[in-house]
Amino acid sequence: MIFLEKRPQPSKTLSYITPVLAVLITMVAGGLLFAILGKDPVAAIRIIFWDPLFGEFAFYYRPQLLVKGGPLILIALGLSLGFKAGIWNIGAEGQYIMGAIAGAGVALALYPLEAWWIFPLMILAGALGGWAWAMIPALLKVKFGTNEILVSLMLVYVAENFLSAMAIGAMKNPEGFGFPGSRNLQQYPSAHNTEIIAGSGMHWGVAAAFIAAILAYVLLNRHLLGFQIRLTGEAPRAARFSGVKPARLVLFCMGTAGALAGLAGMFEVAGPAGQITTGFNVGYGFTAIIVAFLGRLHPIGIVLAGLLMALTYIGGEAAQSALQLPAAAIQVFQGMLLFFLLAVDVLTNFRIRITLGETA
Amino acid sequence: MLLKKRSFLAGAATAAAMTALSTGAAFAQDDVTKVGFVYVGPINDGGWTQHHHESAMKMVEEIGSDKVELVYQENVPEGPDAERAMTQMALNGADIIFSTSFGYMDPTVNVAAKFPDVKFEHATGYKTGDNMAAYSARFYEGRAVQGTIAGHMTESNVIGYIASVPIPEVVRGINSAYLHAKKVNPDVEFKIIWLYTWMDPAKEADAARTLIEQGADVILQHTDSTAPLAAAQEAGGVIGFGQAGDMAEYAPSPRVSSIIDNWAPYYIERVEAVMDGTWESHNVWEGIDTGMVGIGEITEVVPEDVKAEALEIKDAIASGEYHPFTGPINKQDGSVWLEEGEVADDGTLAGMMFYVEGIEGSVPQ
Amino acid sequence: MDFSAINPALLIASLMVAATAVMIAAIGELITEKAGVLNLGVEGMMITGAVCGFAVAVGTGSPFLGFLAAAGGGAVLSFLFAVLTQFALANQVASGLALTLFGLGLSSLIGQNYVGIRPPPTPRLDFGPLSDLPVVGPILFNHDPMVYAGLILVALTWAFLKYTRAGLILKAVGENHDAAHALGYKVIRIRILAILFGGACAGLGGAYISLIRVPQWTEGMTGGVGWIALALVVFASWKPWRVLLGAYLFGGVTVLQLNLQAAGVAIPAEYLSMSPYLITIVVLVLMSFDRSGAPASLGRTFHASQ
Repeated sequence: MIFLEKRPQPSKTLSYITPVLAVLITMVAGGLLFAILGKDPVAAIRIIFWDPLFGEFAFYYRPQLLVKGGPLILIALGLSLGFKAGIWNIGAEGQYIMGAIAGAGVALALYPLEAWWIFPLMILAGALGGWAWAMIPALLKVKFGTNEILVSLMLVYVAENFLSAMAIGAMKNPEGFGFPGSRNLQQYPSAHNTEIIAGSGMHWGVAAAFIAAILAYVLLNRHLLGFQIRLTGEAPRAARFSGVKPARLVLFCMGTAGALAGLAGMFEVAGPAGQITTGFNVGYGFTAIIVAFLGRLHPIGIVLAGLLMALTYIGGEAAQSALQLPAAAIQVFQGMLLFFLLAVDVLTNFRIRITLGETA
Repeated sequence: MLLKKRSFLAGAATAAAMTALSTGAAFAQDDVTKVGFVYVGPINDGGWTQHHHESAMKMVEEIGSDKVELVYQENVPEGPDAERAMTQMALNGADIIFSTSFGYMDPTVNVAAKFPDVKFEHATGYKTGDNMAAYSARFYEGRAVQGTIAGHMTESNVIGYIASVPIPEVVRGINSAYLHAKKVNPDVEFKIIWLYTWMDPAKEADAARTLIEQGADVILQHTDSTAPLAAAQEAGGVIGFGQAGDMAEYAPSPRVSSIIDNWAPYYIERVEAVMDGTWESHNVWEGIDTGMVGIGEITEVVPEDVKAEALEIKDAIASGEYHPFTGPINKQDGSVWLEEGEVADDGTLAGMMFYVEGIEGSVPQ
Repeated sequence: MDFSAINPALLIASLMVAATAVMIAAIGELITEKAGVLNLGVEGMMITGAVCGFAVAVGTGSPFLGFLAAAGGGAVLSFLFAVLTQFALANQVASGLALTLFGLGLSSLIGQNYVGIRPPPTPRLDFGPLSDLPVVGPILFNHDPMVYAGLILVALTWAFLKYTRAGLILKAVGENHDAAHALGYKVIRIRILAILFGGACAGLGGAYISLIRVPQWTEGMTGGVGWIALALVVFASWKPWRVLLGAYLFGGVTVLQLNLQAAGVAIPAEYLSMSPYLITIVVLVLMSFDRSGAPASLGRTFHASQ
């Protein structure tokens, strides 16, 4: 009889080993999948995991890891605070969209004015847009006790429809020959989220992600609020006795997550993406949930998980065009990685015991 | 954070290295021309992307796989991901890259600027550069043929039109189909449903059923799935047309003809131009004349005289003696757009976001 | 503008068709959630069901076998979720999202050779002259079998939850898994069965789209219906009849939107498409005054400490 026994404390060592273990298992299982599809498994794994980091064109791919990973990290950091406290905001995708619309809205309203304060104002608007969108489920939860998972998820669809209304209607580029999509902010210097060092991939959003990681680390480890968040997640009743106000915590966690997601959206639309288009959102908000869990809800873990996730995207694309693997195979591969990461996590929190004879 | 530091160091050298590599690549790959394709959907979507991919493969077959190498990436989102896909191809030595969706326009501009020695071809857009060309098809020419058949074939005088995304290309198609249906059948009425998507089989099926319930016995579609044809067949007594592909599996009825995207001749011509060094940037719109817009076989369900008339229009357009937008044509509000005998210029067509007189409803803005 | 072209009876008949897929999937998710498990992977299970059903129907020529395979495919995929959340005790939200990603990829791999093929047609049930009756004919007596199967499923689910002992146990597990465990119920086993049922229903719903409503196979063809099914369960406050009502309401909004457009009414389609979600949020708020619906243990991991 095999059963699981809860460890008194999650194993520190294993929490470092398990993600590596999961990646290794995925390589084997994924290699098998690629072999079934008739592709060289070793080459595929090398292209996905090795080449972007150390291959011939690593000088291009490494910055791209930051571009792809930045928004994931920024959003996941915000989400992790809530997840730690048992507050489930899964609507980051919507908050990301609304942040982008608010940020781009400011820029498009001011176009073609050039001024130094435009970009800071956009940052503010982006954070505010995401924050406001997250406040809807937060306030409803606090006031009426509605389930934040569902409200925040519903608001994703509302935001997506709003986005396409904007791209086709109010924000459409007046010089775009009737095609949907806004002006390109990359061509509007005051609003462009440029790379801090050219060619490094390090745009202001990536910088914000690293700053947020440091702040989150400090908050969780050195600050009373961080302690309260952890306590609420681990022992809600004890938290209430020690004076934690759940309502305030909900508003803080949801608000922070929303603001960070909004920032990510704003930095994306003003930088790499450039425009509000109907397909602007590519699922960062949902992928970030996975990143938050892969990173074990720990700020440094999230930074690493975000970069790993970005690596599977970028390496996966490279494998597609080098080996003509179908895009779907990469999707399955990513799905596997997540499954294995989630599955091996059990080792961190539980011991596997094998006993003889019957147990209840 | 080893990774981060290295990226910083590499950053400074990136710009220089890219240019060096791209020029180097052109020399290294002398005998085999590498052709890149970036697709917005999966290569077997049965619609837009599939036909680009099939054309690409026909191009390889025609020129010879010993002379060209095809690389492609499917399901590439429009935006920074597209930029990365193209850069990756350019870095790996692609000599010419086709980006096959409107949303790739600005990313293509960006990548083209970084790789001056690589040729870029962007489909359906309007921006060009020294090493970036634009190409598009005059699908409205095919719509003229379709409208003629539809106008003759309808008995209820109600024609349903499943429109995709409100952009000029789709509006041109509606106008062209309407004008030519009206020409042969003055009582004809168009019912238009906008779906805001290029392909969503379930939505297309619902839209087709709705149109049929409201009396339409001919369905025209600008969305890419066969769902409307299946709905037409189920209803019985309703005909439709293939879109993007021939959709011959629904022939001879409900599918009575089709508009086929055939990019192969263009791809062959442009890749060969790269090979012999004659490639030049341009912005072209090709139609029935070059075969970019194909008219699928008109089946026996269509009476002989109607078929003959449709083919006559097709030939007249191909030879250049007839333009589908020839005046007199009024705009929806009754104001004059084209005087008697006047022909629409490409500039106006490119940005056409208005209905012609007689169509009800308004273009979603 | 020409409203006379809209035939209310046909409109109702087509909203029933438009609602069937989402309704079947939502009933499955309802049972899963009633057992206290939140599986966000409905979309992934639906699309897997859609492709399995399509492949088998094409291969065997039998739509019936196709639907069977779809239910099987959905259930197999949901078993992955069950293993993760019930044995490995992984977080349900993350596992569900991973399931969707995996299912979307897997389905397009399986479906690569099925593009551009026509599946065998599913015949409508023959009610003879009843189908020709005015108004009630098209609404009640002129559908494919799955429309009726969906309605029967709703009724059975309702009866199961309300009148059977097994239904009571299922609810007990969802309300308070510790208490249920203390009473001697096998929490994990019951939850796995509920997850499998949810997967099978999602698969059936997906196959309804690929075999009847469209019918064809295209990658990603479920187009977000799985997410709507999740919304629907909440909208319905975890009550089967309200799932039916909600599905018809959602389907009705879709069909009405298309009808109004065809009748020449200029409607802002995006804003109208938002309405089901906004209505769901309003319902959630209203429901907060009546806490009878939501399973108290929803989304929480259960581990029987020894």
